[in-house]
Amino acid sequence: MSPVRASPPRVAAALLAAAIAGCGSAGPPVLTPAAQARADGGRPPYTRADVDFMSGMIGHHAQAVVMAGWAPSHGAGASLRALAERIVVGQRDEIALMQTWLRDRNETVPDGGPSHHLMPGMLTAEQLARLDQARGPEFDRLFLAFMIQHHQGAITMVEQLFGANGAAQDETVFKFASDVHVDQITEIEFMSKMLAALANPEKSP
Amino acid sequence: MNRTPASLLAIALLSVPACATSSSPAGATPQPAPDLSTTAPNPDPRVGLRAGWMNPGEAAWNLRVVSKTPPSEKFYNPSTPGDRRLTNSDLAFTGKFAIQGNYSGVQVWDISNPSKPTLRIAYVCPGSQSDVSVYKNLLFVSGESTSGRLDCGLQGVADSVSHDRLRGIRIFEISDIENPKYLTNVQTCRGSHTHTVVSDPKDPANVYVYISGSAPVRSPSELPGCSGAPLDQDPNSALFRIEVIKVPLAAPEQARIVSSPRIFQGLTAPPRHAEPFDSARAARIAAAAAANPGAAVRVTDGTVARAADTTRPARRGGPTQCHDITAYPAIGLAGGACGGYGLLLDISDVANPKRIAAVADSNFSFWHSATFSNDGSKILFTDEWGGGSAPRCRATDKYEWGANAIFTLIDNKMTFKSYYKLPAAQTSFENCVAHNGSLIPIPGREVMVQGWYQGGISVFDWTDPSHPKEIAYHDRGPMDSTKLVSAGSWSVYWYNGFIVSSEIARGLDIFELLPSGFISRNEIDAAKTVHFDYLNAQEQPKLVWPPSFALARAYLDQLARSNGLAPARVSAVRSELARAEKLSGNARREALTGLADQLGSDAQGSSDQNKVRMLAAAARDLAATPR
Repeated sequence: MSPVRASPPRVAAALLAAAIAGCGSAGPPVLTPAAQARADGGRPPYTRADVDFMSGMIGHHAQAVVMAGWAPSHGAGASLRALAERIVVGQRDEIALMQTWLRDRNETVPDGGPSHHLMPGMLTAEQLARLDQARGPEFDRLFLAFMIQHHQGAITMVEQLFGANGAAQDETVFKFASDVHVDQITEIEFMSKMLAALANPEKSP
Repeated sequence: MNRTPASLLAIALLSVPACATSSSPAGATPQPAPDLSTTAPNPDPRVGLRAGWMNPGEAAWNLRVVSKTPPSEKFYNPSTPGDRRLTNSDLAFTGKFAIQGNYSGVQVWDISNPSKPTLRIAYVCPGSQSDVSVYKNLLFVSGESTSGRLDCGLQGVADSVSHDRLRGIRIFEISDIENPKYLTNVQTCRGSHTHTVVSDPKDPANVYVYISGSAPVRSPSELPGCSGAPLDQDPNSALFRIEVIKVPLAAPEQARIVSSPRIFQGLTAPPRHAEPFDSARAARIAAAAAANPGAAVRVTDGTVARAADTTRPARRGGPTQCHDITAYPAIGLAGGACGGYGLLLDISDVANPKRIAAVADSNFSFWHSATFSNDGSKILFTDEWGGGSAPRCRATDKYEWGANAIFTLIDNKMTFKSYYKLPAAQTSFENCVAHNGSLIPIPGREVMVQGWYQGGISVFDWTDPSHPKEIAYHDRGPMDSTKLVSAGSWSVYWYNGFIVSSEIARGLDIFELLPSGFISRNEIDAAKTVHFDYLNAQEQPKLVWPPSFALARAYLDQLARSNGLAPARVSAVRSELARAEKLSGNARREALTGLADQLGSDAQGSSDQNKVRMLAAAARDLAATPR
């Protein structure tokens, strides 16, 4: 995967030039993180995989926001409404983070609506319609099952990103992707317990 | 509203633009008279602060800014705000040095003159998040990111599988603080997001490091043996465990992993307080399902069953990792903040920590770190909801979300009491959530200072675990008024009389706690008698107060505040302490012993018997201190 904007050799050359310029002709060039940042304009090299991840995850998150946004109107239980509200707030903020990252790099910025291209774990139109038709306890059960599927997909996307050469070298991408990974694993466990408790109410967590 | 003119002046002074580029020794300005009110400024001056990087609006209450020092020029690029490579991270302390991690390396500050910290070295070695700890002549630095290199190079690691990559712990020898010697490193499967140095009183030849990593497991082609498979598929999975590294002090280059405790094994859902799962409703659902088999069939048909099946690659079985572990060797316990749980670990066998209790909380999203009360009877956990990148202190964000949860800890049982969250609403351009802090050694109370990223720092009292209360703060406006640019206090710790904060984008801040209606001069003076040779907040030190008149007066002030002694008696004891302080030798000893005896009798009739006894003990200890 080749970097989108600045290939490593070009960056290295720019860095060297900047370092030499910064030091004048006397003394050896000293390359520091700050000199590197000045040379690349504060934008470390990134790859198409990074861009695909950040823009793909916007559409992925947007579907979760839509699903979770139904909780109040679809008769969800109190615990589920709380979980859904946290998902709405959390994933909306993350959408803003991804949009900022793309905008800062003059990349195409998805508008924050659910993507039509199905990323891993995303609900099909049919699944989405079923969830939208469900009410009360059935909504809870379907929501948990579908959101677990949805979160598993996000984890898959992170693991694919980490498997791509040159990807996640940018600290913002690395940090964000790692957060998605650990947060959603934690949430899957929480939702699995809620789902189990729905089936066995006496074992309620 | 009950604000004195002096406090208004203090706020006004602190709200003027900060010095842009250099340390600003605040000692030059006359100190305003202390604000002895117990009413917080209203409206809260933290709301609506002007945005800016090095010159934002500022507000402070009961804290004095001693210095603000920008990062080393090696880690500071004024032309691009928010470059995550240049993030300042955690702090450790040794002697007169504050060691500050940075995603691109480590900075060592000499803080012997806190109004003018001086940089001794900025060591370049990229690899987030560079959490730092010290032990004797060793420095430990966490590396987790995929761009960290064994050779500390700046170029990152392009290949997804590479033997140039470092994810784990770097170990430096720092006898010569300006020339850290990179001794060795210990690679781990998930890298080291945080770590905890744990010393073992029974094993002085070694020191141990608990490694917590949150990022995905790397390929076995890069580090042999690494597996990210579920535990039921691979008993050697790198998930569901922590790593324990043993470092022989005589040969630290031989540091290695000695155990990988599966501290989550058998962890079932612990009881939750606060709006737990709605069991009554769940019972109704089950009843309805039983009465209507058709409905049950509908929700277990093909699509949904497949969806549910995707959970089976068992992300189940408890958390896969801890975010951070706070060890408190003096009481043989550690608090683990692990996925969706707060764990209590028995660390009496340091290399083999064992889980002895766990709590969950339906309002907690991501358990981040723990702090014990000094006597071990309480524990506070933080929830870093959103990982520190998100604005979670807006007026619309719930108080219980992204907050601290305070528990009593009695006979190894944790019982929830309350939440504490930064009480000042922040903008959507300020990342803000509960983060790192430490106890301020005010004797007889639990007072803590904590960083909330761009929410600033908050000092709060949690002596009463059911009613925590903010008593001091400092805050800046957002980095940018148009978008969220990461900044703020990563961590803030009390170290030998001062409050030192690592500001992600703005460098190193040092504060002094001011006397107020909540904390007396005597209590602060007593806090300043506590001396650490070194400090890693993740290995909580037991606070011990040497005998001093300040200590006795601190307890006396607390008894005056709580009416644990009648006002006339408080005055008499105060006079007696003043008289004794002027005496020496036998006369002093007799005066103090007499006072201690009287206080012993006072305790019987006091509503705060413990405190009176602590005061009596403080007087007796003073009597035994030769002068």
